[in-house]
Amino acid sequence: METTTSGDQPLLELKGIGKDFGAVRALQGVDLSIYPGEVVGIMGDNGAGKSTLVKIVAGNFPATHGDVRFEGELVHFRHPIDAREVGIEIVYQDLALADNLTATANVYLARELKRKFGPFSFLDHKKMANRALEIFGELRSETRPQQLIRQMSGGQRQAVAIARTRLANAKLVMMDEPTAAISVRQVAQVLSLIRGLRDQGVAVMLISHRMPDVFAVSDRIIVFRRGEKKADKPIKDSSPEEVTALITGAKEAA
Amino acid sequence: MSVPQQAPVSYANIGRERWWRRGIFASQAGYVTAALLVLLVIMHLASPYFFTTGNLQNVAKNFSFIAIAALGETFVIITAGIDLSVGSMMCFSAMITSMAMTSLSTPGMLGADLFVHVAADGKTVVANAPGLILLVSLLAGMGVALIVGLVNGFCVAVLGLSPFVTTLGTLSIVRGLAYVVSNGRGSFPGGPDVDYYYALTSGSLFGVPAPFLYLMFFAVVMAIVLHHTAFGRHVFAIGGNEKAAEMTGVNVTRVKISVYVISALAAGLQGIIICGWLGSAPANMAISYELNVIAAAVIGGANLAGGVGGPLGAIIGCILLEVIRNGLVLAQVNSYWQQTLVGVIIIAAVLVDRIRSRMS
Repeated sequence: METTTSGDQPLLELKGIGKDFGAVRALQGVDLSIYPGEVVGIMGDNGAGKSTLVKIVAGNFPATHGDVRFEGELVHFRHPIDAREVGIEIVYQDLALADNLTATANVYLARELKRKFGPFSFLDHKKMANRALEIFGELRSETRPQQLIRQMSGGQRQAVAIARTRLANAKLVMMDEPTAAISVRQVAQVLSLIRGLRDQGVAVMLISHRMPDVFAVSDRIIVFRRGEKKADKPIKDSSPEEVTALITGAKEAA
Repeated sequence: MSVPQQAPVSYANIGRERWWRRGIFASQAGYVTAALLVLLVIMHLASPYFFTTGNLQNVAKNFSFIAIAALGETFVIITAGIDLSVGSMMCFSAMITSMAMTSLSTPGMLGADLFVHVAADGKTVVANAPGLILLVSLLAGMGVALIVGLVNGFCVAVLGLSPFVTTLGTLSIVRGLAYVVSNGRGSFPGGPDVDYYYALTSGSLFGVPAPFLYLMFFAVVMAIVLHHTAFGRHVFAIGGNEKAAEMTGVNVTRVKISVYVISALAAGLQGIIICGWLGSAPANMAISYELNVIAAAVIGGANLAGGVGGPLGAIIGCILLEVIRNGLVLAQVNSYWQQTLVGVIIIAAVLVDRIRSRMS
């Protein structure tokens, strides 16, 4: 798919981002932009700086150097909650779901809809279940709102974690290895979820080791090696062979 | 790459579970209820006295004596914690309440002038406002429970100590304090309000023992809190996946402190009720009751690993323990068998649940 939005203002813009942990330089001079409604694959070997980048954008820790702009505004995230407030959501690798609760309960965890009866407020089960069903529909996922997470497949669990980001009306969703430990059929489901998000105008950063998944769903690919950005190009201009070479260092940059 | 157009969402792979595999029927509380019914039939066959009004009242009263504390304990267990201090807490709250009642009603004691005066005959002590002494004493008893609950919660939620170790410590601390304040002698409720106290704790309404009525009230409140409020949902979420709850923005610290406070308050109230029935608060009151309370919760389906539990299970567990005790007495079985049987039932209840989850 063409990146049709490249003329617009970027949603997320990083300029000269660097991060030092003591004497270790985890990231260095990273410039990148993410536009609304595009899926960007972030690739790199272990220790290449992907996680550090995600954590900076998510507000887990600040960058040592450089500026982060979100929707054109300079931002300084101190806590994950700050990033969440402007519309950045993360789907963690372990998904952060309580498996003894239903899909709806997880989607609405800590954001429950309530109805007031005098001084007491009670959960509005019906409204939450209906909205959750709506979101699962938008994501084209076969997930029953009343089903317990424990009884769900990996793909359905991903849908629940992603539905949570839809609820918050996130503008940017970062997904950390969403296809790492699930079956082939479930991978297809997750990729379809990602396309569902993109169709809603959400930007998705897909952090993954799995080359075929990244190529199946991304519009653009960014490769990191040793804390530096080595490539940033439309997926149609690249190939798995080139990306492998970039990741391993067989090819210096593209 | 175009988006494949898919048919509207359909749920071909996920039909509704059959009725006996969902809801109450699929829970451990369900099996234990069934086991209880069988047991009741056996009891009836074993002893014609079992289903007499007097005996049933007795059973209802006796299991209510640990069931309110079991409700509080269940909150803690759902968050994957444990509260071992409930037995000591029962004793200490009862003791503080009865000591407060006595000393506030003794002219000459600190503060007593506010509450009582001596009648014209020079001997009878009369309350200035009937019921006020009782109210203040109850607040004192519940106040110490609140403090102990806050200490437990603070150690677990803020300092990050293990619930087992923390409450093992408070078990000993609180029991020690009970011995200290009474000098090991225990205490007795007294003063002009003592009749109200007995009426409220060991009286009955239309033949139903008062403790049983309190239990029903708290059980309904607990069911509503657990399943229809955000707090209850957070309690379950913490038990299911504490890290996830934290990351999604649940205030884990506050919820955890709350459950320990609830448990301590329930235990304190339980102690005050037991004291009304005994007519005293001996310093060794309710020793090792924490084990009965935890056993009842676990038999009723609360999972010590967290995330599962509810008021119905806790109560059924308490009833089962009491029916066994009562039945063995009626059947003239050596009462020392009781403990052995209780142990077997704890393991059997958990085992049945394990077998079921293996099969499904």
